[in-house]
Amino acid sequence: MNTPPNLILLFVILFNFFILGTSRLNTCIRSVALQGALLSLLPLFLHTLTFHTYLLAVGAFVLKGLLMPWLLFRAIRQVKIRREVEPRIGYIPTLLLGALTTAGAFIFGDRLPLLPEHLHSLFIPAALSTLAAGFLMLITRRKAIAQVLGYLMFENGIFIFGTLLAETMPFLVEMGVLLDMLVAIFVMGIVMHHINREFSTLNTEQLSLLRE
Amino acid sequence: MTPIFATDINGLLLALAVLLAGGLLCLLAGPRARLAHLLGASTAALASLIGLTAALPALSVAGSQQVALSWPAAGLNLALTLDPLAAFFLLPIFLLTFCGALYAIDYLHFPARSWRAGLHWFFYNTLGASMAVVVLAANGLVFMLAWELMSLSSFFLVTHDYQEEKVRQAGWLYLVATHIGAAFLFFVFFEASRVAGSLDFASFAALRALPVDATLLLFFAALIGFGAKAGLFPLHVWLPDAHPAAPSHVSAIMSGVMIKTALYGLLRLLTWLPPIPAWAGIAVALLGITGALFGIAMAATQTDIKRSLAYSTVENIGLIFLGLGLWLFCQATGHEQAAVLALVGALLHIWNHSLFKGLLFLGAGSVVHATGKRELSALGGLLRRMPLTGSLLLFGAAAISALPPLNGFISEWLLYLSLFNAGQDAAGGAAFFFMLLAILLALTGGLVVLVMTRLLGVALQGEPRSAAAAEAHESSAVLIAAMSIPAALCLLVGVMPQLPLQGISGPLLTLLAPNHAPTGSPLLPPFGPAWSLSLLTGLAALVAIVAIRTWRRRNASRLATWGCGYLKPSARMAYTAGSYSQFAQDTVFCSCVTPTGASTRGPALFPPPAQFGQERLDPALTRWFLPLFGKLAERAYAFRRLQAGQLSIYVLYIFIATILLLGWGIMAP
Repeated sequence: MNTPPNLILLFVILFNFFILGTSRLNTCIRSVALQGALLSLLPLFLHTLTFHTYLLAVGAFVLKGLLMPWLLFRAIRQVKIRREVEPRIGYIPTLLLGALTTAGAFIFGDRLPLLPEHLHSLFIPAALSTLAAGFLMLITRRKAIAQVLGYLMFENGIFIFGTLLAETMPFLVEMGVLLDMLVAIFVMGIVMHHINREFSTLNTEQLSLLRE
Repeated sequence: MTPIFATDINGLLLALAVLLAGGLLCLLAGPRARLAHLLGASTAALASLIGLTAALPALSVAGSQQVALSWPAAGLNLALTLDPLAAFFLLPIFLLTFCGALYAIDYLHFPARSWRAGLHWFFYNTLGASMAVVVLAANGLVFMLAWELMSLSSFFLVTHDYQEEKVRQAGWLYLVATHIGAAFLFFVFFEASRVAGSLDFASFAALRALPVDATLLLFFAALIGFGAKAGLFPLHVWLPDAHPAAPSHVSAIMSGVMIKTALYGLLRLLTWLPPIPAWAGIAVALLGITGALFGIAMAATQTDIKRSLAYSTVENIGLIFLGLGLWLFCQATGHEQAAVLALVGALLHIWNHSLFKGLLFLGAGSVVHATGKRELSALGGLLRRMPLTGSLLLFGAAAISALPPLNGFISEWLLYLSLFNAGQDAAGGAAFFFMLLAILLALTGGLVVLVMTRLLGVALQGEPRSAAAAEAHESSAVLIAAMSIPAALCLLVGVMPQLPLQGISGPLLTLLAPNHAPTGSPLLPPFGPAWSLSLLTGLAALVAIVAIRTWRRRNASRLATWGCGYLKPSARMAYTAGSYSQFAQDTVFCSCVTPTGASTRGPALFPPPAQFGQERLDPALTRWFLPLFGKLAERAYAFRRLQAGQLSIYVLYIFIATILLLGWGIMAP
């Protein structure tokens, strides 16, 4: 249980709660970036050190740990938004929901038909709980930028799954992960820009006028 | 095992490629309307000619030719098969696509710079290609893909004049109807692939082991799905709106061949299914004759010339379904002879109807083009002003009324023969049933004559009822040429029926083979050289008599038609369309098909201003479908609350669904 991957995953889960619980947008961005940076170390411990593994790790670190926070901070500066998350439901209920989904992830992870070496590891629960935390961010936060963060957490969860498959399906995983991420940044960046320009707010609730 | 005749199916592939490439080129032409117009018309016509030459030989070649583009990883098998049944439908498809393209050259007018020409021809070519792929498809996926493409491209063609509110409504109704039908077809194909193990038509032979109830489920689902497209009686509601809304060459193609692809689908399904029980055949036949009577009665009360023709399409589809139902019934009950006669009659009527209805819609389009009016009350006196178009219209009307030297007579006669044959074989009540059907068929035939004399008598004869009709001009040579092709074929089929009957023998064997060993040549009426010769002699005599009479009267003074001795007759003295059908309306028709009118003239001492208006609503639409969908909408309205319009709520739905699926995943095994 005290192997480095499990330690990393433990921190990842803790970061989930920290992100769900904090009200400062800057802290949120830093935490998501730190979570991604931590995750980029995973392939190094999990697989034999090949060029492929290094590529995955370095690529993930640069993208998740450096590029994204830089882009997001830049977005905040440019559109001059308030540095708060503005949750739809309170922080404590969100945290409780996060705890529930994490517990569910642990229960569910034990019941999956996994390879023996993955059984009872933290991988599946961590991946599922990160996915769920991403979902919660998407659901409970009003701001488009917080929703981008939720989407990125989502990607982090998928990345944890992906590292398990990285050796059997080379490049497929990282292609998918990196592509998704780029799409997320670009699409949400453009969307935010336009929402801000059209509605002079980044609050996505204003978009409900478009529902019909 | 199956012989591969490379030239034939490759010819069809070439035709498809030309159609699709032509459509894309038209889009590329952009706002250069003239260029797009010429490109579209020429590629469509060229592809149709290639397709015709490729499909014609395949009609009589037993066995099938295939091409397949397989991609096993994605579970795709893009396979096309050409067999006699497919070729049977390909011929009218390419023929009418050719005539329509030719016709549209002079019929359509676009502003010099507009995208509409490119778009129109893109959808026209797509429609032609998708209809061909529908009948060539050898895989359920390919079939449904082409089917949807066909529906969508025809929807965009129907809404050509999208600025008009009525056209948009008609297009919308068509889109809804065709998609409800498609939902049933999806069910049919998925259910069939569940039984057969794959969507390939080759594997559907496994359906022959189905029990009766599963067979009936598939059959009736397909009947609804295909019936909605074909215009089978209660599902025809989109047809009378869509055909008048579309440009005339599109109406001709839709009414002439597009709705026939639904019949193809049904026939193809019947080659896979085990024999259908007799009562299902009776049900189809009764639906068919009901639709025929309903359609022709509605046609008799319409004032819009194209709407009337559209209802006449409902009538003809009813006749075809009557033939198919009779075939199924007689086959299940062992009346072999009557079964073959009914099937041949139905198949021939498919060809015939595409010929004369194509001709009539094109002719009606010429009238609309010349006068700008579709209302019968604004036409009149056109035979003098447009003698060629008028004669072609009369020719088509004679064909659709089943008058002997023309093609309609042959197929309807075959249907009668089948009914009489089955009636002679059957005993007691069954015989009475067949005689009743024969009588109803005769009633339909009589009403067709009423409808056609009314349409053409009012539109072509008498005095013009509007300034537009008085200034009408003869159609251009291109329009006349496009109409002459189906007219000539009508005459050919009527005078030399042995030619099309020989052509039909291929698809006939395809349809009969699964359930029957072919037992020699079926006993068909003696349509030999003697028939042709006597008809030709009669025709020549008729022409001679008319010529002599015209020559004798060359010096007769010309007065206004129906002048009745008045020197200044006006159109107001002539029969109107309404008054012509008044008698039938009052004495024969069920009250549900008569127009609903409101007159404001009430009891008053001094004459108040009076108004009179009539509406010709389709009873199936207004009495059944609109209330039904209104009720459904009320129920379904509760679900609107789910549509919150907020992204986070939608994500919440996804989240809950994911959790539930995960939970289900670990509970299930």
